[in-house]
Amino acid sequence: MSFLTLDHVTHHYFSASSYTKALKDISLSIKQGEFVALLGPSGCGKSTLLSIIAGIVEHTSGNVFLENTPIKPSDKAIGYMLQQDYLFPWKTILENVMIGPKIHRSNDPAIRTKAEMLLKQVGLTGISDDYPGSLSGGMRQRVALVRTLLNDPKILLLDEPFSALDYQTKLKLEDLVSTTLKAFNKTAILVTHDIGEAIAMADRIFVMEANPGMISKVFEVPIELRQEAPFSVRKHPKYQMLFDKVWEELEDKEGNPAE
Amino acid sequence: MAPETNTDNQLFQRHKYKLKREKRIVITWQLLLLLAFIGFWEVASRLYWIDPLLFSSPSEVIQVLFSNMADGSMVKHIQITLFETIAGFIIGTLVGILFASVLWSSTRFSKIMDPYLVIMNAMPKVALGPILIVALGTGYVSIIAMGALISVIITTLVIYNAFNEVDPNYEKVLKSFGATRWQQFKEAIFPATLPAMISTLKVNVGLSWVGVIVGEFLVAKQGLGYLIIYGFQVFDFSLVLSSLVLIAIFAAIMYKVVERLEGWLIKSKT
Ligand SMILES: Nc1ncnc2c1ncn2[C@@H]1O[C@H](COP(=O)(O)OP(=O)(O)OP(=O)(O)O)[C@@H](O)[C@H]1O
Ligand SMILES: [Mg+2]
Repeated sequence: MSFLTLDHVTHHYFSASSYTKALKDISLSIKQGEFVALLGPSGCGKSTLLSIIAGIVEHTSGNVFLENTPIKPSDKAIGYMLQQDYLFPWKTILENVMIGPKIHRSNDPAIRTKAEMLLKQVGLTGISDDYPGSLSGGMRQRVALVRTLLNDPKILLLDEPFSALDYQTKLKLEDLVSTTLKAFNKTAILVTHDIGEAIAMADRIFVMEANPGMISKVFEVPIELRQEAPFSVRKHPKYQMLFDKVWEELEDKEGNPAE
Repeated sequence: MAPETNTDNQLFQRHKYKLKREKRIVITWQLLLLLAFIGFWEVASRLYWIDPLLFSSPSEVIQVLFSNMADGSMVKHIQITLFETIAGFIIGTLVGILFASVLWSSTRFSKIMDPYLVIMNAMPKVALGPILIVALGTGYVSIIAMGALISVIITTLVIYNAFNEVDPNYEKVLKSFGATRWQQFKEAIFPATLPAMISTLKVNVGLSWVGVIVGEFLVAKQGLGYLIIYGFQVFDFSLVLSSLVLIAIFAAIMYKVVERLEGWLIKSKT
């Protein structure tokens, strides 16, 4: 059964003098517990697509269903990590992380312990009372990740969550996120520019093309790779094969190198 | 390691010393300038370079201040003017922020109101003085209203603009957690515009003094504005200048208090 369904979703951005067709006829369906990666050139509408699924941007036509009901704005079941961290500079790290529970007026005393545990898991200790201004880009990104995870959403939308991290931290966090999501059978959509990351983490990979944004090809990640943790996927013999195929598809669609 | 830290520390000390010295030089010059001004004023008045009847002299001003302070009459005038100014300042600022929030809550309403706000902003508020007096009486109420009125529209406009300039992605983050519009306001819009609000506070200090003094010109039987008009009518310019000196001192104190408030708020919020 489909958990998330997009049915001919199209989106235009309008300005006073013109419009941009950011997405055209996107149809896809994602199963409960499935991990999907979105790859594509800059400007092909990946962030727009996530914002639509999160109910923050209203698409111009088509339908989006979550568990067979049309998505409503700001569904608590959806956790969305934006492309930039947008931590509130006037809140401490802990207050930033706990903004979700605050909005939902949850006064579960265990949530604070959970927040500090998650911060520790992503390698951030002793900064709970600091302000975001004193953190590096990579640290801020991890805080934003914790902010999204803490809310315990049914589906996670992650927009380039590891882009500001050094390679080692990135590999560690991929493992952490991947195993956590698998353990709780959560559904996730990951936007990334890193083909390796997509293969290492996802069950399926959607490659998009730009102008207008469309899905050009879907790759199934072989079952052998899916069972491994992201770190060991990269060493699997089948990894390189898939990598080359995805690379070729992207090369095809980009024509000239993006950016 | 040890010797290196030592020189680092020495450099730091030298840097601190330099800053301190620079500050001392600036303050010395500021004081010198003030003394020179007062000295020149006194000498010019004594030697009749300027008409002492019109421009008085520092010694005269000080004498007037002391004698009026001693019999307590000046204190009364200062109290009433300060009360009116602070009340006008606070009411004008709070109502302005409230109006801005109402405008923010409905984009359509704010578009409808736009031309009226522009007109009200362009209108010289003191011209409404006579109407206020008829409506609210000749007491301190209409003077406070004047002090508030003069700052309320500009506060509304400035704060509303600041609300709109907050990065919409902060609202996006909150929306993704299901925040209501009120929660977005409370968690993002309001705290993000705090610095803008403080800077309007600084502008409003000056504006409410204008409103209150003009109000006192028009009706008051008490207050520093009244003293200025009274001194003018009986041709006692030492009294006029004494009141001016007092206004300058208290306006500067109010400004400094707001500045302190700013430092404190910014420190506790970032
Ligand atoms: N708020 C907006 N207003 C107008 N046009 C927009 C807006 N946001 C995005 N666009 C346009 O829509 C298209 C898709 O943008 P989007 O941000 O979704 O791309 P993306 O795939 O996430 O790119 P990147 O990989 O660089 O993050 C682009 O052409 C962009 O210029
Ligand atoms: Mg993007």
